[in-house]
Amino acid sequence: MAFDSKDTAAFKGVWVFCEQREGVIMSTSYQLLSEGRKLADDLGVELCGVVLGKGVNEQFLKSLGGYGADRVYYAEHDLLETYTTDAYTKVLCDLIEDKKPEIFLIGATNIGRDLGPRCAARLHTGLTADCTHLDVDVEKYKDFLRKSSTIDVDNTKFEENKNLKMTRPAFGGHLMATIICPRFRPQMSTVRPGVMQTQAFDEAGAAKTVVEKVAVALAASDLKTEVLSVEKTAKQMVDLIGADVIVSVGRGISKDPEAGIKLAEELASVLGGVVGASRAVVDADWIDASHQVGQTGKTVHPRLYVALGISGAIQHLAGMQDSECIVAVNKSETAPIFQAATYGICGDLFKVVPQLIEAIKALKA
Amino acid sequence: MKAIVCVKQVPDTSGKVSVNENGTLDRASMATITNPDDLNAVEAALKLKDETGCEVVVVSMGPPPAEGMLRELLARGCDKAVLVSGREFGGSDTYATSQILAAAVKKVGVGPEDIVFCGRQAIDGDTAQVGPQIAEKLGLPQVTYVADIQKEGNTLTVKRMLEDGFMKIKVQTPCLLTCIKELNEPRYMSVGGIWDCYQKPYEVYDYEALKNDPLIDTDTIGLQGSPTNVYKSFTPPQKGAGTMMEGADKAACEKLVGILHDKQVI
Amino acid sequence: MDFTLSKEQLMAQKLFREFAQNEVKPLAATVDEEEMFPLENVKKMAGLGFFGIPVPREYGGQGADTLTYAMCVEEMSKVCATTGVIISAHTSLCIDPILHYGTEEQKRKYVPDLAAGKKIGAFGLTEPGAGTDAQGQQTVAVLEDDHWVLNGSKIFITNAGYADVFVVFAITGTVVDKRGRKSKEISAFIVERDFPGFKVGKHEKKMGIRGSSTCELIFEDCIVPKENLLGKQGRGFSIAMGTLDGGRIGIAAQALGIAEGAIDETIKYTSERVQFGRRISQQQNTQFQLADMAAKTQAAKYLVYAAACKKQAVNNGLKDRYTVEAAMAKLFAAENASDVTRRCLQLFGGYGYTRDYPIERMMRDAKITEIYEGTSEVQRMVISGNLGVK
Repeated sequence: MAFDSKDTAAFKGVWVFCEQREGVIMSTSYQLLSEGRKLADDLGVELCGVVLGKGVNEQFLKSLGGYGADRVYYAEHDLLETYTTDAYTKVLCDLIEDKKPEIFLIGATNIGRDLGPRCAARLHTGLTADCTHLDVDVEKYKDFLRKSSTIDVDNTKFEENKNLKMTRPAFGGHLMATIICPRFRPQMSTVRPGVMQTQAFDEAGAAKTVVEKVAVALAASDLKTEVLSVEKTAKQMVDLIGADVIVSVGRGISKDPEAGIKLAEELASVLGGVVGASRAVVDADWIDASHQVGQTGKTVHPRLYVALGISGAIQHLAGMQDSECIVAVNKSETAPIFQAATYGICGDLFKVVPQLIEAIKALKA
Repeated sequence: MKAIVCVKQVPDTSGKVSVNENGTLDRASMATITNPDDLNAVEAALKLKDETGCEVVVVSMGPPPAEGMLRELLARGCDKAVLVSGREFGGSDTYATSQILAAAVKKVGVGPEDIVFCGRQAIDGDTAQVGPQIAEKLGLPQVTYVADIQKEGNTLTVKRMLEDGFMKIKVQTPCLLTCIKELNEPRYMSVGGIWDCYQKPYEVYDYEALKNDPLIDTDTIGLQGSPTNVYKSFTPPQKGAGTMMEGADKAACEKLVGILHDKQVI
Repeated sequence: MDFTLSKEQLMAQKLFREFAQNEVKPLAATVDEEEMFPLENVKKMAGLGFFGIPVPREYGGQGADTLTYAMCVEEMSKVCATTGVIISAHTSLCIDPILHYGTEEQKRKYVPDLAAGKKIGAFGLTEPGAGTDAQGQQTVAVLEDDHWVLNGSKIFITNAGYADVFVVFAITGTVVDKRGRKSKEISAFIVERDFPGFKVGKHEKKMGIRGSSTCELIFEDCIVPKENLLGKQGRGFSIAMGTLDGGRIGIAAQALGIAEGAIDETIKYTSERVQFGRRISQQQNTQFQLADMAAKTQAAKYLVYAAACKKQAVNNGLKDRYTVEAAMAKLFAAENASDVTRRCLQLFGGYGYTRDYPIERMMRDAKITEIYEGTSEVQRMVISGNLGVK
């Protein structure tokens, strides 16, 4: 049957694009599968992981079942070893046109955000970028709103349907928007890495999962770009997402950015943590973008988050407010960050931080 | 040879943001700026112009006041501006927008040696979808997250950033590149450029001008036609305020560290 | 009078503000502290056309107007008065006299490079014994065959250390008026930095505008080609006075910018600083002081802009002078700048007296605007003379 993205009834199943780099499945894929599992259960359908690559270890493929995949589609081809827009788009779109999943989730990595829009445009369907929450069930969505919004849920009308409700920060994180794609299928979403929780690995699930190799129709002439090399940057990338303690700096360091960052590094070092930053600090080129917390940066939930000179714009709060304990130091007592903080000190970070470092050192001694 | 740059005028979300009663953005009260990544795209095109003397055409979809932004880009050195504007286009999502912009870019004309530049993403939506979708609609190869461009004839070698490194990618013109801030330092307008910018060619493409292009599916443009719709929008609740320490002196710091220790945070 | 800015002027103002915030402001403290001429920024500004704003396109300028030029000086001076005076001295005191009094050959030879900022311009009138009293000149020029020979020296010359082209004044003879009174005949010359016998001397250590290069010029049998006489022989005094009319608009714009910059900094500081449990900005004293300062500074702005518009009208062919407008603008804007920066510093309190904040620098910078290119007393002489009060 010909593919028609408007024929919504013909689509069934939840798919997760499981990105691999150099044969290794990205951790985002496990997060997405864990989330996809819940959606598939609510819909009563199969959850499938889709892997494109070459020579990907059978073990890795089976492991996707441990995070919830009932089935793994594996497309193998020499031209799929390294990501290219053209090859991946073609193979994925061919597969989607053939199997017709109703939901297709992609990690919002630099590759996912290259691939997603290209596929959506080819398939004639909508795509919602960088989602932080997904629901199909209206009751569950209402529960989510009760916790995460100021909406009076019980006095608000909700359209009852099983459409995928894709929630994302909008306008630089100043607003949250829930987006639907009611008339077209698949319902596509890129999902922000680090937001969805990975479920515990389930041995039985891994054993049960079916790995299905799919036919690939791909020729070198399909590729209009050529990858000459893939290089890792030598410099240490900051692992904010996995960090236990994060000390972040904001515009408050502007008086002497270098000294401010140095203080944050010292504090992070005595606490055994890493340094993060607000968008303002990254935009001013005081620190590398890999340190950015919040909108277009990273969502973190460390045990301790120390915010130094961060006023607390909503986009930043969205990226860190689920931290277990938040300590804020800011000169202005009206700074919004104090609304999110567990503990606050109103003062000049250049004076407060050395005192904190000293107190922690004294405690440890 | 020409460089076509797609740009967007956005509310300055880095400044004060005001939200209406109904949860939508109060755009009228906010300053507008040229989307930051788009300035890197404009700069990439102007660099190409410095090297090759090519023509630089800027294209933007937006309401009539976006002319001000386009004039400023002409003052930076772009040669021609096109504003894509019509009520029918309002409320378009990324899919709808990319159809309209693709048709507009096609009307400007993409020749075999031409390059289409976009910013990676706009700060009001942060989707990064319109660039790749224009490329798909026009059948052009794309490279996103571009941090460096080397050009030899019609072959480009492009540095494409990944989270933990980068790819070197070879691509032929015509192609579409989405640019990031690491690519370059956008230039300023010049005083002479400002005095010239109202004399440079400026065109408006409305619905009538584009509707007959096969790229435009009149059922999937504008607010009604867009594949994605807003189901709900809301503001996150403020958490209750925590404990403020008394003062900011040594004693206050020691007390805080003590509390954190007692609660086994540190 | 209509002060509505044109679309182009508004866009230029936006450009100046962006450039000042991003490029000039971050360097301002260093420029002051280390007496550093901001050469990198000068090159950047040259590339954007800031060095030839009111100069016609046919002479390599930007083809904009005097008000836009004044706004450029104003916006730079808001964050760095040194940067403001570099543009002002170059444009008003060097390009302007060449454009207005120069021969077609002189204009073609000198203006395009100056307007493009490839060359920096300066103006040499003041001497150790001739400040406000220009008749006290000692530098002499003697015509020998096809060249003039200059001997003497000039002091306090803005941009001197980095300038390539100087408009210089020297005595070329004696004139006797109808009543038989003798006076010095002064003529103007265009001197290039590498003319034989010319050198730049001692650099002055100043209270304010410390990054501006203020030096001595020394002429020791300096050979200036005959064709570098600017204007007619003996017209030097009127060229100098005419040039200073324009220069005063630049300095008035600088003073205006300093006052505006000080008010901006003070609003920011008093909205953050808490004393007695309230922000200083909540004190009525702060509010009223700032209201007064803003009103006076707005008045200064109207005087400066009106003088700039009048000069442009004269450039465009209006048969009139703008001497009094320029004198009033400079007198009022300069005294306002000194007053405003002093009062702003008081609102800052102790922190304002430290170099952690820019306000003490602004106060030091403001003072010079009451002195150079005609002291406030000279402006009062010009104005009262025009009133017929003798």
